[in-house]
Parts: sequence; C-alpha cells; structure tokens
Amino acid sequence: MDNLLWIFISTLLVNNFVLAYFLGLCPFLGVSGQLETSFRLGLATTFVLVITALCAWILNTYVLIYAPYLRLISFIVVIASTVQFIEMSIKKLSPSLFKSLGIFLPLITTNCAILGLAIFATNRGYGLVEGLVFALGAGAGFTLAMVLMAGIREETEIMDVPVLIRGTAFNLIIAGILSMAFMGFAGLFSST
Amino acid sequence: MATDTSAYEEMLKGLWRDNPVFIQVLGMCPMLAVTNSAINAVVMGLATFFVLVGSSFLVSSFKQWIPKQVRISLYIIIIATFVTVVDYSLLAMLPAIHKELGAFIPLIVANCMILGRQEAFASKHSVKYAVMDAVGMSGGFMIALFSLGAVREILGVGALFGIDLFGPNFEPWVIMILPPGGFLTLGLLLLFFNWFTERKKQFLLKVADAEGVRNNG
Repeated sequence: MDNLLWIFISTLLVNNFVLAYFLGLCPFLGVSGQLETSFRLGLATTFVLVITALCAWILNTYVLIYAPYLRLISFIVVIASTVQFIEMSIKKLSPSLFKSLGIFLPLITTNCAILGLAIFATNRGYGLVEGLVFALGAGAGFTLAMVLMAGIREETEIMDVPVLIRGTAFNLIIAGILSMAFMGFAGLFSST
Repeated sequence: MATDTSAYEEMLKGLWRDNPVFIQVLGMCPMLAVTNSAINAVVMGLATFFVLVGSSFLVSSFKQWIPKQVRISLYIIIIATFVTVVDYSLLAMLPAIHKELGAFIPLIVANCMILGRQEAFASKHSVKYAVMDAVGMSGGFMIALFSLGAVREILGVGALFGIDLFGPNFEPWVIMILPPGGFLTLGLLLLFFNWFTERKKQFLLKVADAEGVRNNG
C-alpha cells in the first residue's frame, strides 16, 4: 500500500510527466489556451493512460516474453487500435460524453506521454496494479500541469507582453518557471 | 543541372530557414529531455538522422503501393522499425549513453517531426528529393539539439563534451542541467530566433521602401 501511494505521489508531483520528463509537451504548449479545454484534455489523457497501462501489462506478460524486439511496434499498434475501438464505442453508447472527451482521443494516441508511460512501466518492471496506479498518477500530474499552464496563460492574455516574446517562447519560459516550482517537491521523499 | 540545385535547396531549407525546432517548433519532447549534455544531444541527433533518412527513403520508394486510408499507420510502423534498429545498435555499441538516454531512444517514434516529414514531403516527392529533405531536416534538428545541449552543459557543468572550460573557480548553474533549465534555454533561444527573423523582415521592408522611393523619384 505504501509503495502504491509512493508511486502515485511521485509521478504526480516529483517526477511530473510534463514538467520533469518533458512528455506530452505538444498538447501542453499547443492546447493549453483555455482552462476548460485543458481540463477535459487532461481527463481524456488520463483515461488513455490507464488503458495504455493495461495494454502494456497484457503485452509484456503474454506476448513480448517471446519476442522482446517487437516491443515498440506492438505497443504502438495495440494502443492505437484499442483507443480507436474505445472511441467508436463511446461514440455509439454516449454521444454526449463523446462530444466532451472523444474528440481528443485520436490526438492523444500520438502523444509521447502515452508511449512513454508504457516504456517506463516496462523498464521499471511494474505489475498490473502498480502500472495502473502509475498511469493514474501520470494522468493526474498531466492534468495538473495543463490546468496550471492554462490558468497562467488566461491571465497573461490581458497583460502587455512584448510582441516579440509572444507565442511558444513565452509559454516555454512560463513552463520553465512552473517546472522550477515543482522541483520544490523533490525533497518530499528524501527523509523516508 | 537545375534539378541538382533544387535538390540542394531542399536540403538547405531544413538547416536554417525552415529549421524544424526553431521555426516550426516540432519535436520538443526529445529536444528538451536529452540535451543536458552535448554528447547526449549529438547521439540523439545522429539517431534521429538515421531514422528520418531511412524512413523517408522507404516511404518515398513505396509511395505508389501505400493505400491512402492506412498510410499513417504504415508510416508509424516503418519509423518504429528503424527506431528499434537504432535502439538495439546503441545498446550494443554505446551502452553507457544508451543507459543515460534510456526511454527517450524508443520515444523517437513519437517525434512529430519525423511523421510530419513523411506525410508532408516524402509521400509526395521522388526518392532523391525525399532523402535530401530528410538530411536537411535532421541536420537542422541536430544543430538545434547541439546548440541547446552545448549551452546547458557549458553553463550547468562548466564543460563541453566533458572538457573543463572555466577552471576550478567557476560555480556551475546547476539549474541549467535540470528540467527547468531546458525550458528556459529553449524559450530564450526561440526568443533570439524571433528577434532575428523580425529584424530581417524589418531590414527587407526598409530595402523595399528605399527601392520604391528611388523608382518613384
């Protein structure tokens, strides 16, 4: 239990996927213009991450012990097709949910946070439960980073920022300061 | 003869004018994660070079036989094959660096620059142009990786490729080799590029103005 809590908190704050591992930067820099959208994108990403952890565990336990060199290809193909399948079933079963979350799903599949999660979980030898907690922590951390970024960007909309720095350069510098703030969490586990 | 110069042009545009990182802002994830030292950046650049050139070559050779509906999946499978080759070769040849780059070698697959070049260029042009374009683009990516890695290593460790630059009295800016340093350095480099392009634009406008005055007067 302690171990699971540790995994969750450490991926949420200390080793935040976006701010410490630089995974999922494309949506973080590209789609973080509005708070509402960012939050929904974060939720959809969490959902895909959990499915990824499940797929990665099944592949690792039953398939890849026979052919480890197919790891990368099979991860991509299986995750992409599972997400596609779920997207179609959500569209069929609940159109309202599809409208709020589903439009993001195809975008998320090509996100490096998804593949990164599968590879990290494999490299660290996580089991099924650990992998799922890891995915939840990563998703929550991604959502947190997205929401913080969107909040700051909404505030800076009305500020008088020099034209030259507007756009990606400005977002990267904000992200750097956020990342610096998150480094404060690094001491969280040193005493234990 | 004319085709030769235009193929050369395709290569040059990736290095500077359409630089994938500084101008198009693609491939951020490996860009920031592995540039905490110059040598890591160079190895990452070479790996990307191999993957991009190889997959551009394959995609443009087989473009007649790739059905339109499944093209993206096929591109990804081709790219993933080359990445697996790179992953295993690095593990065999440079195990220390492979360990340091860790999960970011397989993550070359998710570099949107590579998939982007297949979709936007290699699938529409002949093999020669596709390869030249890939060489230019990955060269530009390598320049960006190296400049970021060099800045971060010089400031963060006070060394370049592990060779001490400033002597024992230099106090390293440890933040530069940590994640925030990556964001800040890339932000400032992009700012520099914005300033450079803006200045060039202003200069061209001024030249055009002067010419207009001369022609009218």
